[in-house]
Amino acid sequence: MEFAELIKTPRVDGVVLRRPFLPTVEGTLCLTGHHLILSSRQDNTEELWLLHANIDAIEKRFVGSLGTIIVKCKDLRVIQLDIPGMEECLNIASSIEVLSTLDSVSLMYPFFYRPMFQVIEDGWKSFLPEDAFKDLESMTEEWRLSDVNKDYSVCSSYPPLVAVPKDVDDDTLRKAAAFRHGGRFPVLSYYHKKNGMVMMRSGQPLTGTNGRRCKEDEKLINATLRAGKRGYIIDTRTVSVAQQAKARGGGFESEANYPQWRRIHKAIERSSILQESLIKLVEACNDQSHSMDRWLSKLEASNWQTHVKEILTTACLAAQCIDREGASVLVHGTEGTDSTLQVTSLAQIILDPACRTIQGFQALVEREWLQAGHPFQQRCSQSAYSNSKPRCEAPVFLLFLDCVWQILRQFPCSFQFSQHFLVLLFEHTYASQFGTFMGNSASERSKLNLSQKTVSLWSWVNRPQEVERLSNPLYEANCLVIWPSVAPQSLLLWEGVFLRWKRSSRCLDEAYDEMVHIIQYNNKELQNKVNNLRRQLAQLETEEEEED
Amino acid sequence: MDHVEQVRLLERFSNKSTSGTLHLTATHLIFVESNNTATTILHHHIASVEKLSLTTSGCPLVIQCRNFRVVHFVVQRERDCHDIYSSLLRLLRPVSYDELYAFSYNPKQNEQQREEGWQLIDLGAEFERMGVPCDRWQLTDVNRDYKICETYPRDLYVPITASKPIIVGSSKFRSKGRFPVLTYFYQEKKAAVCRCSQPLSGFSARCLEDESMLQAISKANHNSRFVYVMDTRPKLNAMANRAAGKGYENEDNYSNIRFQFVGIENIHVMRTSLQKLLEVVGSRFLSVNDYLLGLESCGWLRHVKAVVDAAIFLTKAVTVEGASVLVHCSDGWDRTAQVCSLGALLMDPYYRTIKGFMVLIEKDWISFGHKFADRCDQLDGDPKEVSPVFTQFLECVWQLTEQFPQAFEFSEWLLLQIHEHVHSCQYGNFLANNQRRREELQLGDRTHSLWAFLLREQQNYLNPAYCPTYADTHPVLEPSTLPCHFKFWRNMYHQFDRSMHPRQSVLKNVLTLKESNCQLEDTIKDLETVSTCIKSNFICHIQMNLWKELKTAVHKCSPSNLTELELDTERTVEGSSGTERKESYSDLQGTYGAKAEPAVVSLEFGVARMTC
Repeated sequence: MEFAELIKTPRVDGVVLRRPFLPTVEGTLCLTGHHLILSSRQDNTEELWLLHANIDAIEKRFVGSLGTIIVKCKDLRVIQLDIPGMEECLNIASSIEVLSTLDSVSLMYPFFYRPMFQVIEDGWKSFLPEDAFKDLESMTEEWRLSDVNKDYSVCSSYPPLVAVPKDVDDDTLRKAAAFRHGGRFPVLSYYHKKNGMVMMRSGQPLTGTNGRRCKEDEKLINATLRAGKRGYIIDTRTVSVAQQAKARGGGFESEANYPQWRRIHKAIERSSILQESLIKLVEACNDQSHSMDRWLSKLEASNWQTHVKEILTTACLAAQCIDREGASVLVHGTEGTDSTLQVTSLAQIILDPACRTIQGFQALVEREWLQAGHPFQQRCSQSAYSNSKPRCEAPVFLLFLDCVWQILRQFPCSFQFSQHFLVLLFEHTYASQFGTFMGNSASERSKLNLSQKTVSLWSWVNRPQEVERLSNPLYEANCLVIWPSVAPQSLLLWEGVFLRWKRSSRCLDEAYDEMVHIIQYNNKELQNKVNNLRRQLAQLETEEEEED
Repeated sequence: MDHVEQVRLLERFSNKSTSGTLHLTATHLIFVESNNTATTILHHHIASVEKLSLTTSGCPLVIQCRNFRVVHFVVQRERDCHDIYSSLLRLLRPVSYDELYAFSYNPKQNEQQREEGWQLIDLGAEFERMGVPCDRWQLTDVNRDYKICETYPRDLYVPITASKPIIVGSSKFRSKGRFPVLTYFYQEKKAAVCRCSQPLSGFSARCLEDESMLQAISKANHNSRFVYVMDTRPKLNAMANRAAGKGYENEDNYSNIRFQFVGIENIHVMRTSLQKLLEVVGSRFLSVNDYLLGLESCGWLRHVKAVVDAAIFLTKAVTVEGASVLVHCSDGWDRTAQVCSLGALLMDPYYRTIKGFMVLIEKDWISFGHKFADRCDQLDGDPKEVSPVFTQFLECVWQLTEQFPQAFEFSEWLLLQIHEHVHSCQYGNFLANNQRRREELQLGDRTHSLWAFLLREQQNYLNPAYCPTYADTHPVLEPSTLPCHFKFWRNMYHQFDRSMHPRQSVLKNVLTLKESNCQLEDTIKDLETVSTCIKSNFICHIQMNLWKELKTAVHKCSPSNLTELELDTERTVEGSSGTERKESYSDLQGTYGAKAEPAVVSLEFGVARMTC
């Protein structure tokens, strides 16, 4: 299929672009295979470059022959295009509709994008499981890297290499995999250097209504316990949801078969409910009503902050079991690809200072989300404005980023990155020129040959100028475990995402820049100057002494 | 009884507790933990003491403070608990001003410094700064002896055309004699903000002098044919007042006025609203939904927004239309003070500086007779007169500082500190209900001024993001009135609940860095002096000593340790300063919002072309 066939009107002059709190721009609208471009053709005026993939929904309106298209983006921005000419407007609208919902993966922009920057380090090779395992090996000998899943036959959503207890052979793993949802047998998620405790994750056990058991599964997870020690199983579902899962072949670990484990149930909602929550939240944020009561009740009804609190609380619980109780933990929900990953990745942010660096956070996203098989393509194909019925869409990763932002707010000096990094990741999970978040699992990514055919987001991020932009100027390495407050009064609405397009953020940006300036002025210029002067002085003193 | 041992202090939002000894002095309640950290509570700060029923671990005593501190003690023996309880009850309710802390507070200052403290703020100079007196507004001496209005200050500014009989007549037609006077003059458009109390119009009464007074205000402004009259009350309340012979201006009787209700609720509604808010956020194991529903049902943020909305209306009328505005409510000392002062803050960058903010409070609140003694319950009085009107004003200012992080010279620490001392009765500024009473009490001779104390340590209250040139581009602030931009002020209402705050403070850190920048700059200057000295080889014996001193000074102030973070320091009330409240957070970071990603896409110009 040629893109040209889909673009009936590639160019319209005299189009007016309206955005909240920004001056209107008049110019020429161009449609390309992947972009909507508006150029004023004047110097120094900014152009609009919008990826079709970023468009969540459009609305058309006509007044006489003047047509208006309202474009609602997945990054939650809403813009308006006034297009003279009924036919042009209809053509543009239908092209946008088709181009923004192309199903064919091979037509996606990352396959066409060629970087205009110099790739210093290929992001596809930056975070290989082998390298991560080397770090683990330096700390403990109790684990090994198994290639039981090398052809993705044991578990389609796992990567080829996973870390498992040394004493458990591949055969046992295969049998345990048959007993877990989606073949997701328990694997190592995190090793707590301080006390040698571990966090594992998996899919739910397939006990069914008649309480099926699997000796190999029991052996596998018991192998992670020290002699005489008990562990915790954190089931991200409520007891009743977990009970109901039995009817569909799922279930949870019974006390009888897992006597060394204590099970704790939490209440993180399923993905479809999260999507509804996002839609309601964004609707509340876009409400132009000036009624305080209406705003607060809509915010409440969206339940978004409740989800944030629930996820953070569960992550704190997992971290507490490991750090305070000195116990190992197994985390799972149903599939083990959503709430499970929210909990395991956030627990690592809390426990492990390495995850709070720019590199370490990328490694965490790579390990706990991409390699661990979070279905990004399904979850992020639509955002909050889409009119089509949601199928598998859910802001699971966005909620994780929101939780990280909450912790960042509470420990503003303990993260090497600023919230810009989190916003950047949010944008690129929904629409991107990079291949990083394409596909739903390592196996799909390997089939698409993404590492050869597309550029990695990490290649873009790990360049000095980008690292500097994403850096938190207040960062001072903090090797401690950081416990966030989960009181409702301590949790805030993430303005950087949800109110980002709602008002002129210019003065807020300027204030932030001012702060960065103060810090950099201090660190770089003044310190250097003082050091130079001291050196000169010391030199002068020695010269003087020599003269004496 | 002066101390009780083995008392446990329960943490408010967790199950933790610490044990120690409870001391009771004439002015303070002090709890000293076994590790010698002390929690100090000024008696004046205590709003209520409650003895709960005996439990197995002892007798619980719950103390609620006006600065929103809530402490929960468990005393082992019931008799001790009862002793503390009854002693506190006696100490809590001073009946005369002489018992207040301000009269015994002695900060080791000499008399001259004390007197200078009281001269820091000069309202006459402030009106001069606004450009008054001028050809249209003059200073009147009608209230020189508080004869016309005893709750107004002595010096009042009125239109030149308003003669004495007009003033006297108008004052007789206004509640408590509070006739229309100037409170802010917007020089650029020669538009005035005036304030007064409600007219005694009843259903039909009118007063020609009062009508002439408004006419005079209107005539003093050539930019606009009419003057706005803002009644800050809800229409229903104003109408109900007519039955009591009070009410509002009838547009038919006053020529050239535009009358407008803005609907801010009265002091009783505000008191109940804040009480409900505190109940909601004070409950343990609060869910997000109950929190948000509670925020909604208590109405507090709705009221805060109503005050800001009114100030925005006032500001637009003055700065955009160039019209003069007369603001009143019932008595003109609560809602009127809120709206006038907040409006001035939006219009005039001077009030957004530390000194200017003090002047603003001195003018619109203290001098114009906001009843601090009654509203803050300084003496044992009528509980129905107590209301958090001033707290609400401070919160409105905080909401603005959140929207305009560069516009204010001060940070929220200044607001918290002022709030602290409005209730502490440690300084004379806020004592009593009006200027006349303050003069009778000779506060200027017998007490200290808060403003002097705050100015002395003003570096603690600086906003590091403040940009003085911001005022050039944004002389008038235009805040958003969308409800999502109004937030719960955690650092006020939970200021003592450490567990709720960020564990690291951006504000504190950046302030420290800014300070260390200054020190580094000094060091550079010193170093440069020294090296020029050496270079010019011009060191005689005396200079040698000087040089050595300089050198040691330079080496001493190593800047590296200035940036270190200190966590979790409990703040004390006595002499509490900004530096001690580091746990009380800073929210700068998140409010800065996200920056748009720079042109990632536009880099691909050539490629996109090729694909179509």
